[in-house]
Amino acid sequence: MTKKNNSHNANGLIGWIDERFPLSSFIKNHLTGYYAPKNFNFWYFFGALALFVFVVQILTGIFLTMHYKPDASQAFASIEYIMRDVSFGWLIRYMHSTGASLFFVVIYLHMFRGLMYGSYQKPRELLWIFGVAIFLALMAEAFFGYLLPWGQMSYWGAQVIVNLFATVPFIGPDLAEWVRGDYLISDATLNRFFAFHVIALPLALAGLIFSHLIALHEVGSNNPDGIEIKKYKDKKTGIPLDGIPFHPYYTVKDLIGLTVFLIVFASIIFFAPEMGGYFLEANNFIPADPLVTPSHIAPVWYFTPFYSILRAVPPILNSQFPGVAAMGLSVLIFFLVPWLDKSPVRSIRYKGILFKRWLSAFVVSFIALGYLGTVPSNIWGQFPIIIPLLGGADIATVIARIFTIIYFLFFILMPIYSKKDKTKSVPTRVSMK
Amino acid sequence: MKKIIFIILLLTQLSIFASEEKISLEKAPIDLTNQSSLQRGAKTFINYCLNCHSAKYMRYNKLMDIGLSKKNIEDNLLFTADKIGEPMEISMPVEESKKWFGATPPDLSVVARSRGRDWIYNYMKGFYRDSSREIGWNNLVYVNTAMPHILWELQGEQKIDKVTGKLSLSKPGKLNQKEYDAVITDLTNFLTFMSEPDQLKRKRMGIYVVGFLFLLLFLVVKLKQEFWKDIK
Repeated sequence: MTKKNNSHNANGLIGWIDERFPLSSFIKNHLTGYYAPKNFNFWYFFGALALFVFVVQILTGIFLTMHYKPDASQAFASIEYIMRDVSFGWLIRYMHSTGASLFFVVIYLHMFRGLMYGSYQKPRELLWIFGVAIFLALMAEAFFGYLLPWGQMSYWGAQVIVNLFATVPFIGPDLAEWVRGDYLISDATLNRFFAFHVIALPLALAGLIFSHLIALHEVGSNNPDGIEIKKYKDKKTGIPLDGIPFHPYYTVKDLIGLTVFLIVFASIIFFAPEMGGYFLEANNFIPADPLVTPSHIAPVWYFTPFYSILRAVPPILNSQFPGVAAMGLSVLIFFLVPWLDKSPVRSIRYKGILFKRWLSAFVVSFIALGYLGTVPSNIWGQFPIIIPLLGGADIATVIARIFTIIYFLFFILMPIYSKKDKTKSVPTRVSMK
Repeated sequence: MKKIIFIILLLTQLSIFASEEKISLEKAPIDLTNQSSLQRGAKTFINYCLNCHSAKYMRYNKLMDIGLSKKNIEDNLLFTADKIGEPMEISMPVEESKKWFGATPPDLSVVARSRGRDWIYNYMKGFYRDSSREIGWNNLVYVNTAMPHILWELQGEQKIDKVTGKLSLSKPGKLNQKEYDAVITDLTNFLTFMSEPDQLKRKRMGIYVVGFLFLLLFLVVKLKQEFWKDIK
């Protein structure tokens, strides 16, 4: 028998491939020989689910692109053509529209998991940075995609967001015109947004997701205890004592998460694809009309927390730019989290009461801002004129301001409260609770 | 000064918006599984609406989904097209209609999704005589609508009580109130069907898909337990 020229001593086709391409070692490094902590809980499903939704969006997107027309005079009609005349076009379209919203659901839960268990702390800073970059790219991807149906909400939502660029001092108006490619949102804008949506950002996302996974497999997964499992290895094999091979253990476990997710996903697609107007808005079934402004313009639900922050910041010197800057900062500030957290422990399980309180306040603010972003700012009326300072101001706006401040304080004060916090001592081995 | 005018304009607009919002809509008692209701609605739609309004994303042959035969459609409903595979378009030119009504009658293919079924139901019941308007009609749900009351012969004429804002019949039509409500229910039913012709198929399919997924869930839970029994 001839000596095998590959490290895995594989025969047949696999052996042939292994001599030319590192197939077996790839599978070993990233699946069967990638040791993940054995104590992953519910919160650890969402990374894999995000990857799954990404694939769904790419696949359904390919089929939508076959029938969609990126032309201002045909776009709206081509969507209805997909819904009615393309075989199972309605299914593909609903999968894509529902997938977009659920992408954000899983990403938000995934990010919350990271905050809760300190998954950004050394040595996972770069992993976290790739993650935030994915989030940014995803927001851009969703924004560009939302213009494509060319309904009233598509049109006016894009109008509002592109006008944000116009608030940048000095170069604003030119910048906005450059982004639109016209003096108003038009066919030129639709075409370039289509290009960004179907190739530029998906490509960027694929690259970032790849880097995110490579970084993850370099440093290894964190876990609900925040314990570095690589510190305690079996002396003979060098395998972490608290680690188990990703495949088969986490592949079968993730199948459960995936199936539960699919039940939710399918239930929305088949029974409530509009999700009460949150996933598909009623106004977007009216073709875009540059001459008719809808009475209430709100972005899709996943942008509303940031939109609320934009609206909450009052204009300074007649410029809306501070609001725009605050909104930008509210997303970009996530990049800094690895350096803002001065806590000696990673997981919320061993952090003190201060961190728990601040994280809860942050979550409440995020949800409240998200709700307020979906409604007109006069929804709760105004404070009575007689109240000093607040008299006449929209109640909802004042509340949004308070939550905006809490949102930012969670980050700005983090170096202080994470240092001051009374932490518990971290055990050496993970617990399976 | 400009700013003040702008703010006043904004405020008045907001208050109009608010008053429109406050009208509570009666729920449209539609049933998408009732094919004879859908067929009656299709007939009303094609006879009355499809002269000024198009439904250009809806093809005539989709009417076969509500139990009509090809021959039936071709003989009785195919007024604005020659072939059954053609969409429900109209011959009225957009420019002209804008001159006549002040606004082009919108395409109604997806109106049940943009306005909502309850809105349509209440709108079609909310016309009343208003001599102050050129078209002679006004509407409770859509104030100062550009559309005249097309079904007045069926419903008769309503007048508004300026104090309570309630409508009452001043001149009876060919149908009594119950019969007219039934016509509007059928019409709303049809418009809802037309806004997404595959929606019943979608829901039926969903039951099988979700049912299958629950079975799959049982299997993958068992699979995981089998693999994980040695992890402590």
